[in-house]
Amino acid sequence: MKGQESLDVAKGRASNVTGFLTSAFTAIRHEAYAHGIECNINLKMQFMLLFSRQGKLRLQKWYVPLSDTQKKKISREVIQMVLARKPKMCSFLEWRDVKIVYKRYASLYFCCAVQDQENELITLEIIHRYVELLDKYFGSVCELDIIFNFEKAYYILDEFILGGEAQETSKKNVLKAIEQADMLQEEAEAPRSVLEEIGLT
Amino acid sequence: MSDVVEKTLTALPGLFDSQTGAARITNRLRQLIKSITELTSKHDEEKLIKQELSAMKEQVSSPNTTMKQMREVMVRAMYCEMLGYDASFTYIHAIKLAQQGGVLEKRVGYLAVSLFLNEGHELLLLLVNTVLKDLQSTNLIEACMALTVVAQVFPKDMIPAVLPLVEDKLSHPKEIIRRKAVLALYKFHLIAPTQVQHIHGKFRKALCDKDPGVMTSSLHIYLQLITESPDDYKDLTGSFVTILKQVVGGKLPVEFDYHGVPAPWLQIQLLRILSLLGREDPSTSELMYEVLDESLRRAEMNHNITYAILYECVKAVHTIHPKAELLEKAARCIGNFVLSPKINLKYLGLKALTYVVQHDARLALQHQMTIIECLDHTDYTIKRETLELLFRITNAQNVTVIVEKMLDFLHGCNDEHTIIHLVGKVTELAEKYPFFEFAPDNSWFIQTMNDVFSTGGDLLQQDVPNNFLRLLAEGSESKEEDDQLRLYAVDSYLTVLKRDASHLPQRFLQVMSWVLGEYTPLHESVDQREVICLLTKLLDQRSVSSETRVWILSALTKISEGQTDLILELAESLSSSQDTVLRQQAQELCQLTQDSQLYERVLPRGAPWDGMEVDSSLSFLDGFVSEALAAGAAPYKPPHQRQEELCEDRALNLEPYSFSLPVSLSSCSITDRPSPTLLSVSSGLSGNSTELSQKAGSSTLSLEGVKRVWGKDGYLRQNETTAPLVDEPNAAVQASGQQEAAERSEPQPEPSTQNQDKQQLASSLFVGLGAGSSMSLLGKSEAPPPRFRKKPRPHSSSSSGTSERSSESSSHCTTESFLYGRLLEEEPATSISAFSHNPKSSTANGLARNEDRRTNTSQILGGDLVLVRPNMIQDEHPPPGSSDLTALLPADLKDLPHSDVISLTSDPSLSLSSCRLFRDEALLLVILISNCTETEIKDVAVQLTCDELETASLRGNVMNCLEGNSTSVCHYALLMDNPHTNVSFTGTVSYQTQPGHTNTLPFSGTLSTADFIRPLVLTTEEYGKLWLTLSHDVKQNLKLLIDASDPLRTTLNALRDALQLHVVDIIGSEGIVACRLLSGASCLLHCRVNGDALAMWLRSPLPALPDCILYHCQRALAQH
Repeated sequence: MKGQESLDVAKGRASNVTGFLTSAFTAIRHEAYAHGIECNINLKMQFMLLFSRQGKLRLQKWYVPLSDTQKKKISREVIQMVLARKPKMCSFLEWRDVKIVYKRYASLYFCCAVQDQENELITLEIIHRYVELLDKYFGSVCELDIIFNFEKAYYILDEFILGGEAQETSKKNVLKAIEQADMLQEEAEAPRSVLEEIGLT
Repeated sequence: MSDVVEKTLTALPGLFDSQTGAARITNRLRQLIKSITELTSKHDEEKLIKQELSAMKEQVSSPNTTMKQMREVMVRAMYCEMLGYDASFTYIHAIKLAQQGGVLEKRVGYLAVSLFLNEGHELLLLLVNTVLKDLQSTNLIEACMALTVVAQVFPKDMIPAVLPLVEDKLSHPKEIIRRKAVLALYKFHLIAPTQVQHIHGKFRKALCDKDPGVMTSSLHIYLQLITESPDDYKDLTGSFVTILKQVVGGKLPVEFDYHGVPAPWLQIQLLRILSLLGREDPSTSELMYEVLDESLRRAEMNHNITYAILYECVKAVHTIHPKAELLEKAARCIGNFVLSPKINLKYLGLKALTYVVQHDARLALQHQMTIIECLDHTDYTIKRETLELLFRITNAQNVTVIVEKMLDFLHGCNDEHTIIHLVGKVTELAEKYPFFEFAPDNSWFIQTMNDVFSTGGDLLQQDVPNNFLRLLAEGSESKEEDDQLRLYAVDSYLTVLKRDASHLPQRFLQVMSWVLGEYTPLHESVDQREVICLLTKLLDQRSVSSETRVWILSALTKISEGQTDLILELAESLSSSQDTVLRQQAQELCQLTQDSQLYERVLPRGAPWDGMEVDSSLSFLDGFVSEALAAGAAPYKPPHQRQEELCEDRALNLEPYSFSLPVSLSSCSITDRPSPTLLSVSSGLSGNSTELSQKAGSSTLSLEGVKRVWGKDGYLRQNETTAPLVDEPNAAVQASGQQEAAERSEPQPEPSTQNQDKQQLASSLFVGLGAGSSMSLLGKSEAPPPRFRKKPRPHSSSSSGTSERSSESSSHCTTESFLYGRLLEEEPATSISAFSHNPKSSTANGLARNEDRRTNTSQILGGDLVLVRPNMIQDEHPPPGSSDLTALLPADLKDLPHSDVISLTSDPSLSLSSCRLFRDEALLLVILISNCTETEIKDVAVQLTCDELETASLRGNVMNCLEGNSTSVCHYALLMDNPHTNVSFTGTVSYQTQPGHTNTLPFSGTLSTADFIRPLVLTTEEYGKLWLTLSHDVKQNLKLLIDASDPLRTTLNALRDALQLHVVDIIGSEGIVACRLLSGASCLLHCRVNGDALAMWLRSPLPALPDCILYHCQRALAQH
């Protein structure tokens, strides 16, 4: 084979071709990594999805920066996978390089993606605590509450989890914060209801 | 009264409108949601949303939309985005809402921003001011919202703007603010750790916060910091232990309980921190044994949350310095997990086991029956985790069973990620134990890899086939075994190919054709004609990619000897192929088969392929090239140079013809050539087919090279297996294995209902995990020594990739040609003594020579041009009364190489002249200020300005008094960070001849890059390495000083003298030269004699530096 090399060689001077190729390939690989879900930020929770049994998204919160197309692709894949699981199976799924932890409450699936090394059981309890918070806030919460008041559900989530980490685990404190903000809302909206009572609407 | 009524009535419609409007909007969201849930088809939904979006678009752009309406629109936009529709036109309005609205609007605005935008979004910059304002707000809610958004999405570059405010919040009276501030800082630490380095002290304050919530939040930061550098935080161990003790003891307020368990999240966080701190540190571990024991004991309640804590405890116990008592308790805990009927707990048990078997493989033995059950579990997740566990306990004796299980799983799996992951593991195992000790022949390895290739297919990483082929080619120590393996491979591939090969992955086909090409001649009982026929048939298949075809043709070339008829037929059929590469290869094949002598030279029989040397400089073509040049051919130009010239042609050339000035050069080289490396790659890949086939050919020939390009990971793994080169007698391993098998069957609990199969499987899976051999399982690197050992290779074991290797080979070939090349001059020109700016002696001789030069240059350049160049100085106005001002230089600077003194300016009372001293790390510009009068001059102050340069230090620029006829010295140390061809400086001297009467004297001058260039002394090898790391390159043909006896050396010496370059080496017709910009960026020059010209190739990390240097080289040569 030795000679073929010399037969095949280009007629121009092209020393250090391998050097060029290496750097180009590494550049390509870096690019590939940058577009994957791999993220240099070491966040515990990567995203949270709430979706119905029919696969309709009810809430989505992303803690890693991703493009819209990536988000759509990921949520589609995850929803499909989780819906395909049978009830007796365990609540964890390995998907790409993350762990999907999910739990079904009535008709609604709560689903979190966490780092591979993360403790799945505690993530399950985070989901549960969130459901408890929703339940307390709405008063025996159901899917419709979340559909129609999804922004409230977001507010609660933001008080509970901030930037991918549990912010406040005390139920009382979270609800206190939400109530304080809500009170402002009521004050601001109060004049309108008075007018409504007069019968202007 | 009537007035009032009237006013009310006129106001009413507006009130009425806004009210109904608001109500309508609220209804609209509800309506939208309702109607969407009622819709059944996706198409209807799309239609409805489209309508909704266009209505919203109208509304947001209308000036009459109130803030309240905007708020509603924003909520609807969030809803549409959640459904997957694009509402990006509302993003800017979300920011506006947060900016301008009241608290209510802000809340919605901030929420929308955090949902719509991610960290990199450019619109976020518009939010910075709003956040700043709200952070300073006295309204608690506003501050909370601002902190929340900061902790969720905030542009990295703007962190410094808010950092002080967030820092202040750490001492806010409200705990909710403190908590959010801590989390915001945590986020900052994650995305920009350097920015928050200075406030690590404040984190400690947060850790000691009286509010448990704030303290818990601060643990996120500490976990991260301790993961990064555990040693810096050992002193906090005591505090963490105390906190955990208090938590476990129930000292926290009851509101932090979760289902009766005190603050579980806090506990888990602390356990993680402790395990990091105690790792491999007996004394620190000592501190935490008690609290770990307490945690294990307390977590007894049967609830998920207690299991979560237990799992962390077990991990911690196994991570820190071991304590027998705790290990025992932890093992019992794992038992609870694994045996639990709850599937989630079982999964976590498996995970814990996978973790702990790394430390003690025997733990798996206790649960073998459970593991077997899990292996057949219907749940895919459980199955996969079990395989992970098995992978960790693999040894030479159970490897076949485990690999078989993995392959079984692979066959039923269609998830890409899992396949890649698992195939990697199988390959790792297969390569670790290529010769299975109890197998009758070598078939296992080949069979396994066949399975891997056919299931993994083209999803495989390129290094999997590369590693495999390397293993085959390099072989072990026993030639006999190697050949057996190779022959088996040939046999098995022939069998595979005889069946239908159309569905096989390309990677597999490539591997097969390489092996067949290389080793068919070894096999006496195989008919070469048959192999050729099979491969030819493969070529005809439509599903085979053109890359694979190249592999196949290369294989055919290797086995074509003596089969002229078949080959000619094949070459004939390919000669009309659309693919130029194939056509060329077929042509070569044809030539080779007809000329057996050439064939023998090109493909010598039985020659070791790894001894091959590639002459990458293509020096053997020199004769051909020079002949062609002599015959009038144009010299070769690399593609990017051609492109440059094209650009130059297109633009109007305003430069003088003698030298092409780099101003135009650099502009086109920077804009039109975005990345030289990429271009060169494309030129290597596209363009003429010869280059392409070379690439393809080389990938078949020297897999070694290909692998290094890609396979760092693969390589490391490879290293791992080669690392333990402990020679241990195989018999001993075998014997101990059997012994352990016997031992193991003893303590095994007798399962009443288990069937025989499972028993058997268990015994084959867990063989070798007994007490004796667990030693070798403690660390992976200590695994039983693989019998298949690689030959030690002289220059292949480094994993640092191509750069090192190719530099090695290039240096190799340079030294080789160095031996043959003539050493023309006695002076090796490699030391710094060749430095041109020899300290100028003020002898008459030296001055005369300079005078000569000066006239010479001024003839060329025109006398009015102030050329600032060492050794070529015009002293147009020699300062009066100071023929040699250099004597005035401070003593410590006298020895430095320096230029002549040139006059800058003068007036009746003062005369200014300058001299440049070349210090290693800076250019010293010395300004000599002479008093031409008899009287003293007061308050002399020099001010120098130059935008492009940086003044590192200055001395003596202000003098209270300058006596008559004396000279004072002031000097500036100047640095150049960005190369500029010429830099001009301006300045003024102010002085007072009479009190109160200030004169100013302006002056100016020019400095060139050459003043900032210093020689870079390195060896040829270092040069080679450095060359490959530099990215920006420029090529140009320069004038060669041909009248001298040795043109190259003369030219290089001339450049060296003019520019302070370092000539590293001259070999034959090539020379390498190096320099740097002060102590900063380097620039390497590669010069080659090309006919009457000097082909110069410059490389540097700075894009503009090569152009500048090239410019000065051109000028220097033009002046010769």
